[in-house]
Amino acid sequence: MTQQTAPAVVEMTGISVEFPPVRALDGVDFRLRPGEIHALMGENGAGKSTLIKALTGIHSPTAGTILVDGVERRFTGPADARAHGVSTVYQEVNLCENLTVAENIMLGAEPRLLGGLHWPAMRRQAASHLKRMGLDIDPSSSLGSHSLAVQQLVAICRATVSDCKVLILDEPTSSLDTDEVAHLFTVMRQLRSDGVAILFVSHFLDQVYEVSDRMTVLRNGSLVGEYATADLPPAELVQHMIGRSMEVLEAAEEVVEHAERPAGATPLLQVVGLGRKGSVQPFDLDLYEGEVVGLAGLLGSGRTELARLLTGADRADVGQTRVAGQVTRLRTPRAAMGHGIAYTSEDRKGEGVVDGLTVRENIVLALQARRGWMRPLPRKQVDELVASYIQQLGIRPADPEALLRNLSGGNQQKVLLARWLATAPQLLVLDEPTRGIDVGAKAEIQKLVADLAVEGMSVVFISAELEEVLRISHRIAVMRDRRKVAEIDGGGATMDQVVDLIAGGGTR
Amino acid sequence: MTTSAPARATRALKIPTRLDRRYLPVLGTFVVLALMLVLGGTRYENFLTPAVVSNLFINNAHLIVLAVGMTFVILTGGIDLSVGSVLALSTVVTAALLQAGLPPAVVIPLAVGAGTVIGLAHGVMVHYFQVQPFVATLAGMFFARGLCFLIAPESIAIENASFVELASWVQIFGGWRMSSSVLIALVVVGLGFLVLHFTRFGRTVYAIGGGEQSALLMGLPVARTKVLAYMVSGTCAGLGGLLFAMYSRSGYSLTGVAMELDAIAAVVIGGTLLTGGTGFVLGSVLGVLVLGLIQTIITFEGTLSSWWTKIVIGVLLLIFVALQRILTLRRT
Amino acid sequence: MTNLLRHHLFWPVAALVVLLVANTIARPSFLAITVRDGHLFGAPVDILRTTAPLLLVALGMTLVIATRGIDLSVGAVVAVSGAVALSHIASSPNPDSPVTVLTAVGLALALCVVLGVWNGFLVSVLGIQPIIATLILMTAGRGVAMLITGGMITTVNSEPFKVLGSGFWLGLPVAAVIAFGVFAVVAFVVRRTALGMLLEATGINPAASRLSGVRSKTLTWTVYTASGLFAGLAGLLISADTMAADANNAGLFIELDAILAVVIGGTALSGGKFNLSGTLVGALVIATLERTVTVLGISPLVTPLFMALVVIAVTLLQSPRMRERLTAAARRPVATTPPEPQPAARPDSTEVKAR
Repeated sequence: MTQQTAPAVVEMTGISVEFPPVRALDGVDFRLRPGEIHALMGENGAGKSTLIKALTGIHSPTAGTILVDGVERRFTGPADARAHGVSTVYQEVNLCENLTVAENIMLGAEPRLLGGLHWPAMRRQAASHLKRMGLDIDPSSSLGSHSLAVQQLVAICRATVSDCKVLILDEPTSSLDTDEVAHLFTVMRQLRSDGVAILFVSHFLDQVYEVSDRMTVLRNGSLVGEYATADLPPAELVQHMIGRSMEVLEAAEEVVEHAERPAGATPLLQVVGLGRKGSVQPFDLDLYEGEVVGLAGLLGSGRTELARLLTGADRADVGQTRVAGQVTRLRTPRAAMGHGIAYTSEDRKGEGVVDGLTVRENIVLALQARRGWMRPLPRKQVDELVASYIQQLGIRPADPEALLRNLSGGNQQKVLLARWLATAPQLLVLDEPTRGIDVGAKAEIQKLVADLAVEGMSVVFISAELEEVLRISHRIAVMRDRRKVAEIDGGGATMDQVVDLIAGGGTR
Repeated sequence: MTTSAPARATRALKIPTRLDRRYLPVLGTFVVLALMLVLGGTRYENFLTPAVVSNLFINNAHLIVLAVGMTFVILTGGIDLSVGSVLALSTVVTAALLQAGLPPAVVIPLAVGAGTVIGLAHGVMVHYFQVQPFVATLAGMFFARGLCFLIAPESIAIENASFVELASWVQIFGGWRMSSSVLIALVVVGLGFLVLHFTRFGRTVYAIGGGEQSALLMGLPVARTKVLAYMVSGTCAGLGGLLFAMYSRSGYSLTGVAMELDAIAAVVIGGTLLTGGTGFVLGSVLGVLVLGLIQTIITFEGTLSSWWTKIVIGVLLLIFVALQRILTLRRT
Repeated sequence: MTNLLRHHLFWPVAALVVLLVANTIARPSFLAITVRDGHLFGAPVDILRTTAPLLLVALGMTLVIATRGIDLSVGAVVAVSGAVALSHIASSPNPDSPVTVLTAVGLALALCVVLGVWNGFLVSVLGIQPIIATLILMTAGRGVAMLITGGMITTVNSEPFKVLGSGFWLGLPVAAVIAFGVFAVVAFVVRRTALGMLLEATGINPAASRLSGVRSKTLTWTVYTASGLFAGLAGLLISADTMAADANNAGLFIELDAILAVVIGGTALSGGKFNLSGTLVGALVIATLERTVTVLGISPLVTPLFMALVVIAVTLLQSPRMRERLTAAARRPVATTPPEPQPAARPDSTEVKAR
């Protein structure tokens, strides 16, 4: 199926993209051939999106060349890329829900009559394009009245109206059910046989194995390698994605003391059958004082969704939560805070930092919110608190009045940690606290988590880096396909064991 | 997916089992209008007469034109607060230039063009300088109002013979009367409808309201369309001023104070979402008629004081906004 | 020097100074203050007095705007407040009794608080866009005011009430004392309690605020209520100044003036960081501008034109594109400013966030 001999339709060589001081892509090579489905693999922050954006002209590479059909190109943006046959369909469909299906497909290449739109012809043409996709929907219905799966197919349909050589599908399957995914794959295979080169990004390994011919793996902005899908076992792929420890620091080697939990202890937080439709399947979990529980799983495996249910950020549909033995409903983050539960979101920018406020204000935000606006913390106490966290966590610049938007990612993360530590929580849920931050800061945060556990705090630790989870967790809950699939003891667990569980036992 | 046989079967019948949700708000407005007509017809004699209905259009021709322009801007997710002032400016320009002895053939394009230029300025401020539409058009509102006073602090009567002749042109069909301003307003409505539904510009207006980022990624001409939408609204305001000058035979700088609110209310009652992307020109026309009919009913009632108009408009706004809120909540 | 230029109060204060200088040139005695009967007189004192209602309304508006909202109904609330107070006084047998006046004030303010609560309910509980939610009351409010006054311009004679509008206290106009007093108290409360910070957090990042346990809904509701209350107080000052409740014209366009004061003061309509001192300067700029026009002998009717020019100048100077140009020009003395095609997306997040 793969046309090894065909000349590449897209050839990217030595691509680097920098957002000073961060180097998001470092000399990456990437080739896409006509008539293949090529999966781009990597964890969060590996550089997949950056690579796609460099190709479609949203980011401009600081180094490297991009050849499309053998001609060197630097597109000025998605519209320009589309005009040259490179179309992108995003996870969040970039079409207009308020327009009809026909318009979403045809606008830009619409048939005209007397200088105006020729609606009947537009509907007819749209219908024939839809038919090729195996979609039987009314072209004059509004796009918003259809499911996300149909919208996705309509987006693909739009991409194929103009001469489409390269189709980029960025996480198209993350909100689709099994039948919808099957339909999408049928369409993808058909396009492949028409000679279209498809770049496919997904975090579902089984899907990647089902549909792709080749894959390119990125890690931390660098190329790991290009492989034929058939030659690469899933477990090996996961190892490539996650990476062997390059940054294990001596100091953090043995960060957890595997203290024995007293028999018959009441869990600090106990959930039974907690779940939310379309988010995460019902699961059980017990969390004890002085224990770090790691959540392992790939992006989209449900690890974040689980954390959100634990902390009231999302409301559960089913199941029961007990805090210190008492049945409680955690409807809001505020309610969870009242029970000493703190949560830092993985979306640092969107749901974490308040970037227009200062370091001081960000640190005291949660504590102050709990006290209410009428009881301000005394300024002296605030200053002491802030100064102590700046010093304890090594926040740079060590200036309480610096605006948060001027801090690096690592320091922003430390500020968020300080915000929650200031509330003296009993349970701290950290979702990707070390993502996108440098090695030193990472080690500091790991050390801090271990210390907190020693002091008796219960910690849930989520990270895309398995090394990290293994190193600091007493117990590890493994997630796959929005389901908690296993719970293993952190002390005895090996990397291979967890990788096997994440990849579905390597048998799927 | 939707490839199932039953779906095919129902479609084959060609009878829409459920009305498209997009038309629901407009339908609601239509029902309200019909109810008001029935209510008026049963309560008062001589209510459902051609004369009353003709007057409804004649008295509100300028507002219909404003509402059409406002619909364009609101569909893109913006707002235009300047239309009342621009209307006044246009009446003043018309009256002042006619007084100066210029022929209507020169005056009319100038008066309408003044609105177009102000609209262009709004569009540039909103799109290129990213000034919020509210603030940009607020500045335009003050600017136009100030300009009115600068040109003519006092009311100027229009005595130009050919202009008066144009203004008093009336066609009578039985009891129905059609004035030149109503004719112009209806032409504007027709044009607005055609442009919104049968040109790429019109569809891009909707697309921007549905999601500016998406419209950009779809490769649609967002910048040009946004600026043009404000120009359409400005032009409509200029034309509205012309119609108002024809109606009142004068130009006065205090005309149209708070008329932008009537225009916005008409558009919202007509089923257009202030967030943009959903709505129809015909809905806005129905909205204007509802507003006008409230006034008519209160006049007919006689014992009811005029301020009830405002309260009823407020209550209607509340009902429509609440209904739209429920509709949008259901969708998500 | 560059620090001074960048200070958020620089442009508004500069505008105020320019206006004062222009006035002084046109009329050298402009800044002179005289003492008559123990009261202060002069143009500056007048400006303080005419700023009073606008300052109150702008104060509430600033807090509302901080939460990403807007309150268009304040003008109508001003009218309602005046209508309630004067109708009560007019219908009372003893209009000069302080009890009557206090009851009237209490009734008016209570009703305005209810109106504010109504706005807050629509915005924070029903989740209706602030601009439409308050548009409802903006339209209906004046009708309600006319309902209360029976469509007449209610006029009364009541010495204690008149003091609110044109009385003096310690040589200063009572209206100014009240407005600046309330302003100072609110500014103090906002900055000394955690209210200001929590409002800003809500306005800047609602999602992060929710996860941090901030009661955003309650806060939003509170600011709309406060806005109603301050508008009501402004309505009392306005009606006491003329001793007439004109449901049609009292507080007409004051919502727009207030929004302008906020914008001129450097608070962005997009919410978040707000600064009350800027609003104070903004309100003074608008009041001084109105005064300037009369001093310069221009018809007061042309004031809107000058307002428009000030707004356009200030908003353009504050617009992101202009800022970029200015800072680029400051960095490179040889101003060639090539308009670089900036990529639409920013490198903040690693994942595609399409919308």
